[in-house]
Amino acid sequence: MLMKYLFAKNDEIPAGSATIFFGFSSIFWFVVGTGLGSFNAAKLAFPDWVTGTELFAFGHMRQVHVLAVIIGWISMAFGMTMMYMTPALGNTKLWSEKLGLWTVFLWNIGLSLGLLLLWMGITSGREYNDLIWPIDLVVIFGVLLPLGINVWMTIAHRKTQGIYITNWFFGACIFMVMIVFLVGQSPELFNLTGLTEAYLTFWFAHNVLGLWITPVAAAIAYYTIPKLTGNPLYSHRIGHLHFWAIIVFYSTPASHHLMSAPLPEWLKSFASVEGVLILIPAVAFVANILLTMKGKWTMFVENVETKFSITGVLLAIPLNMQGGFQQTRAINWYVHGTGWIVAHAHLALLGMSSFLEAAAVYFGLQQMLRRKLYSLTLANLHYWFFIVGFCIYWISMTIAGLIQGAGKIYEVPYIDVVVAEHPYMIARWVGGTMVFTGNVVWLFNMWMTAREGTLVPEGRYAHELAYER
Amino acid sequence: MAFRRHKFGSAGIGLMFGFSMCITLFGPSNDFRSGVSTWVGLDKQLSLGRVIGFSYEDPTVSGDGKPITVILNKDPKTGVAIDPPIRAYVYKPGVKFSPGVNHPELLGPGVEDLSMRDGKISSASMSSGAVFTVSKGVFNDEEVDYIENASATRGWTPDKTLRTAGDANSRYVGKGKTIYISEGCWWCHTLLPEQTQDWQMFGQPPFLGDFNGEMPTAFGSDRKAPDILHVASRNSSREWMTMHFFNPRLVQPNSIMPRFDYLWGKQDANGNSIDFAKWRADYSDYLHGKRIYAPEVPEPARDSEVRALIDWILTSLK
Repeated sequence: MLMKYLFAKNDEIPAGSATIFFGFSSIFWFVVGTGLGSFNAAKLAFPDWVTGTELFAFGHMRQVHVLAVIIGWISMAFGMTMMYMTPALGNTKLWSEKLGLWTVFLWNIGLSLGLLLLWMGITSGREYNDLIWPIDLVVIFGVLLPLGINVWMTIAHRKTQGIYITNWFFGACIFMVMIVFLVGQSPELFNLTGLTEAYLTFWFAHNVLGLWITPVAAAIAYYTIPKLTGNPLYSHRIGHLHFWAIIVFYSTPASHHLMSAPLPEWLKSFASVEGVLILIPAVAFVANILLTMKGKWTMFVENVETKFSITGVLLAIPLNMQGGFQQTRAINWYVHGTGWIVAHAHLALLGMSSFLEAAAVYFGLQQMLRRKLYSLTLANLHYWFFIVGFCIYWISMTIAGLIQGAGKIYEVPYIDVVVAEHPYMIARWVGGTMVFTGNVVWLFNMWMTAREGTLVPEGRYAHELAYER
Repeated sequence: MAFRRHKFGSAGIGLMFGFSMCITLFGPSNDFRSGVSTWVGLDKQLSLGRVIGFSYEDPTVSGDGKPITVILNKDPKTGVAIDPPIRAYVYKPGVKFSPGVNHPELLGPGVEDLSMRDGKISSASMSSGAVFTVSKGVFNDEEVDYIENASATRGWTPDKTLRTAGDANSRYVGKGKTIYISEGCWWCHTLLPEQTQDWQMFGQPPFLGDFNGEMPTAFGSDRKAPDILHVASRNSSREWMTMHFFNPRLVQPNSIMPRFDYLWGKQDANGNSIDFAKWRADYSDYLHGKRIYAPEVPEPARDSEVRALIDWILTSLK
């Protein structure tokens, strides 16, 4: 069906097609990404499990997991939300449904190719920037640019007077992440070397998170929560504080990832202070959303999209408290390079961000398919597998990180730390596997929604209808 | 509340984002430029070549087109003994030079001047290949290490130098680091002892000039395993490394490192094909107490990947 629409006239493509293809692609990559995560975690717990084969070695799989989740699941879910939220907020239709479909098509092709190459060990050797530069150029010009053109043109053709905060984020973040990708590629394109390369690697890694993943995830919540609850956003002005503070503060602290490298000390101190200031947009966001929930807190229990969305917002609280302070010199020396950081990264991507996106994907797919969710029971199963699995993962890795930190400081022989971490590695695998299982349930539930969900009548929202199963 | 029109919107984003880019990109670049290469930095870039990881000369990231580091105990041209032995970096014809040779300004003030004036690096040509060494000189009353193009200053040719050193004294350092990257060793090991007590355990942290011309640096961020920047100072046994790579649990029962037996390839050093299935069955018997000793680890072939990897570890990580 995708092939048919790719060469159809734009007017003949039903509205919402791009959203639907993006939505299912993102869930698919979430299943793949978390499946790989579970596989990798098993190897850390039981090193002789699937051994001696190059392609299934940990070092070949780890980066495939990370990028499948970031570029496959999270970014595609962003693409999906942009395809339906941007026009809805501008009271118009998507500028080009066809371009949207081409974007999702190229995205899947480019990502599959990139991950295949990474899997074979063809890498640039730069963390988060592992994709070789030709693939990165595909990401920039084959994925981000068309996505951006669609979003920017939809915003430009809006039929509303102002631009809602969500669209501010969408428009600006695509622009910024393109710049970040271009600058992040410069060491490979222009053979920049040494500390410049090391710094740019983490400049890229930090800014992809700070100018793409967290702000766009927050922007999604600015749409879903008011839409689901029917409450207007508590304060558009606090939303603006969030937006501008992200631009100013979140784009600067890249070097706090390299506090122990021989970078200029002024840069590290500057980054550390700016890193604490990230709490400004963070607190603005959380407060704004939680205040928007006023009078509608029953929906946190009763409505599955709200449940996902608010869980994501609540997870932003520990996320930002950790993030704001763990990068200061006082704490960083203890936790840097340990499982604590792994736990924190999963709190950001699997906790806060993924829950917000899952809510938006649930909501948007029902909306665009015009079908009510197939089964509430399965959705709740997904939720509980997701949150319990995540918590097991997060808590066990945090403990493992503190053990590693203590081992580092008290000069415990490294192998004793490995022994001490073993139970937490098993817990990590159990948690990750639960998340993976929940996602398989989700994919099934969404597939059944598309086939058998009750049709939503014209002029109604899916979440206004009662659940049937 | 009605929406206000934000006329400064897009310009504001550009201004603020541009400002933060200036601070975080333009600012540090000045500091990086002033870094003077140390011996470690020069040794690293000369032994690794232009770039590790995906590149035109090595699109499959398997270690092609990299220089070879050799230990010389006599002069390849005159045959005069060199004591103590020195390292030379052999670039066969067509192998791309390291960034510092192509762009001497990367070497930092002083090192650049001496490498150009005394080291004659600008006369090195890729098509005929070159041999480099690191020499000591004095610049502005300070002792600095600089790159010497031994092909120009001493008449050493790549072929002759390789022949003089022989395979026993050749170290496939560039290929070894490539395998470190492509096998994802750096997902667990770091190359950056931290400025904490782990100095005592893992050795001193690197200096500013230790990285000039290295790409990628691959510090690593998640330390599931020991830092290995100075691992060869702690353990320099090739035999131990060989066993540890084949199956880490042969020498460290609690290790969670994967087995890298596939880096041996199909044949061992004597040209016999390696029977991995039999080895695993024997090892399983050993684990279950049916054998007293673990099976012997095959000796790696001369051109095997694991040989290059161990070469890199024992030569560069000191």
